[in-house]
Amino acid sequence: MRTSLLKGSLWVTAAAVLTFANVSSAQNTEYQEQQWMGMQSHVGKLTGHAGDAKGDYRRYCVGCHGELGDGNGENFPWLDPKPRDFTLGVFKCRSTPTGTLPTDEDLFNTIARGLVTSNMPQWNTFTSQQRADLVAFVKHFSARFQTEKPGEPIQIPPEPPVTPERVKAGQEVYNRVQCWKCHGVEGRGNGPSASTLTDDQSRPIAPYNFHDEIRFKCGTTDQDLYKIFMTGLDGTPMPSWSDNIKPDEAWDLVFYLRSLQPMKSKEKEFAKQLGLKPVNPNAPAAQPPAAEPTPTPTPPPPPAPPGSQP
Amino acid sequence: MRLWRQSFARHKFATPFLTAALVLTFAVVSCSQPASALPAFARKYGLRCSACHESWPMLNYFGQKFKDNGYQLMNDRDAPIWQNPSYWPVTFRMVGLWHRVSTGKVAVDTGTGEQRITSTGFDISGLDILTGGTLEKNFTFLLVPSSDNTGAFHMESVSARLDNLFGSPWLNIKLGKFELDNLHSEKRVLSLTANGGIYQLYHFIPVGDGNIFGQIGDNQLGVELMGHSADDRTRYSAALLSSSDGQPGLIYGANSYSGFFAASRAFDVGKLGVDRIGAYAMIGQAPTSWTTSGGPNSPIGGSGVGNKSFHREGFVGQFYFGQHFDLQVVTQHGWDNAWFGQGYGDFIDGVAIGNNTPGTTLPPGAQAPTWNGVLIEPHYVYSPQLIFVGRYETIRMSRQATPGTASNLGNISTYTIGYRYNPFMTSRAGFAWHNEYNWLHQDGTSPSGNNINTSELLLGFDFDF
Repeated sequence: MRTSLLKGSLWVTAAAVLTFANVSSAQNTEYQEQQWMGMQSHVGKLTGHAGDAKGDYRRYCVGCHGELGDGNGENFPWLDPKPRDFTLGVFKCRSTPTGTLPTDEDLFNTIARGLVTSNMPQWNTFTSQQRADLVAFVKHFSARFQTEKPGEPIQIPPEPPVTPERVKAGQEVYNRVQCWKCHGVEGRGNGPSASTLTDDQSRPIAPYNFHDEIRFKCGTTDQDLYKIFMTGLDGTPMPSWSDNIKPDEAWDLVFYLRSLQPMKSKEKEFAKQLGLKPVNPNAPAAQPPAAEPTPTPTPPPPPAPPGSQP
Repeated sequence: MRLWRQSFARHKFATPFLTAALVLTFAVVSCSQPASALPAFARKYGLRCSACHESWPMLNYFGQKFKDNGYQLMNDRDAPIWQNPSYWPVTFRMVGLWHRVSTGKVAVDTGTGEQRITSTGFDISGLDILTGGTLEKNFTFLLVPSSDNTGAFHMESVSARLDNLFGSPWLNIKLGKFELDNLHSEKRVLSLTANGGIYQLYHFIPVGDGNIFGQIGDNQLGVELMGHSADDRTRYSAALLSSSDGQPGLIYGANSYSGFFAASRAFDVGKLGVDRIGAYAMIGQAPTSWTTSGGPNSPIGGSGVGNKSFHREGFVGQFYFGQHFDLQVVTQHGWDNAWFGQGYGDFIDGVAIGNNTPGTTLPPGAQAPTWNGVLIEPHYVYSPQLIFVGRYETIRMSRQATPGTASNLGNISTYTIGYRYNPFMTSRAGFAWHNEYNWLHQDGTSPSGNNINTSELLLGFDFDF
């Protein structure tokens, strides 16, 4: 009898805990319920529903991105770079032109891929449906997704065969458009402007060091690298070079940048054969192709209210 | 804490007469578990407990991948160089609790010689000190000094790991004392009572059996090769172990080894989530013959020869039904050589009652004991902060070592229900209000051969920081 009473007390206590948890949970999600919980995402044949991702967001994402999606989670003070503020609708990794919204697939891929050189891990243990739901949930934080359509993904021409000439040409592009100002003459992220760079929230931000990593923040493939500098990384000083670099030159630049990375590659081999030296900013500037615009990069227009984070 | 569990397992079945007293003693004196819920990792990466734990310490799929990567997120922030110099990768875990323990058929000197003993009171668990992480990228470690609730320490786990050899997640090598690659991890059990805080299936030894070396729930000494796909959907592991049940110092066999093998595959099942099925096997040899000094019951440590075989194998399933409900299932078939069944084996700790010296023969009809068991553990995850846990385990002897023995002698049934409520969830510390009830039944192991029923109700504050 006594045991029965004690077992009964377990259930009574459990019920009390459940009630308490229910109340606090309701308080936590009050804001979200008021927002655009009907937001959907569409990735391939999948349709993601923001409402279905509430649990996952709370479990996995809220510590950094915050209950309100503003990047102000409990870990905000200790993270560098800072977590993304979803309310701004500004995203680095896109297939769309600078200043435009990313596609659902861009966000879908970012969740699975994670972001190297940041605390964002690869969430590739999620099912595709979970990721699609989370994409919708991420979108529901920003008014931009209510009023704007995503940009049209840029066209990436087929990748040409890599040749020594293309690697060399890529270095000339690197010099001409002055990538070295931030990324350094050897691509080590130590250019003369590197120490002065800030993001659109005036937080210091470091240029990518090509010698450190085999992955890029927005992917690992040649196509990903092509997209990075042709669309720019919105919210950071990395502009879109689509107005300054022709598609064919862009592939040359891809091959040259690959030659800087630490892994073995055909590009690296060609660079070695050519005896490529670091670019020399003081050397006579190579002549850009006819009608080529000025090599000075044009920063992307601010796509959203200030306050985005890398 | 692990030591007393091993000790418990050995004596419980070797000397049934003491079972009830031991259950009571251990339940009252100590109650905790060595688990690997590390706020140190949460602090390092800025992730909440819930990112890696379905409810700490139990891992979810992301946490399993993190562990399989050698406690690395693989996002280039793993190396210590990225950490604030003041960061110290150490976690302490302990439980303050109240519990009521009731054990039937305890041997007493009065009346019928057997009596139910019931005790209640406040108590504490042992202390787990968990430290782990990266020495350098892809060089990782785990170190767990652990104490019982009197403060007596032992090394629960010590291992270093080379991760992602040749840049491949399929090749990782770990050396030291470590948890076997049990998908349903006893080190991450969500229950705290003496009998519910372990998986009976992982420690089962038939009544009178002398083989302590097949306990897959105990951390073992050895080397492990482990690999997994990038998304951790497919995993395998193969470990070569000393047949010592994790005890250091080469105190058992002169040359006896075991192997543990596990493989599993997870599948996306749409809205339900990810389900995983797998299989495991432990196959080993352990000594039955010992050189003695100072009398026939004084074996010399490390002198064990006369290896005999044993194996345990089974299936594991992790079935998720949406975001809130999941079911974990483990099955086991066990087999011990007939020599173990007759009480030969661990002579060092006195679990074995005989020494298989030259000329020793088995009694007529002696046979290899076998058994089958299943563990079913449903979880209802109301939210990352509140989980309800249930568990049912049953183990049934399918063949007794000695013909004529009651077919159900030693059979075990146990169930556990409870919940853990985390009033807060951060990336800095963990706190759970824990409430649990466990009931265990074993056939024929009281002093007079009756069945024993043991129950425990526990309320506690489980915290780590």
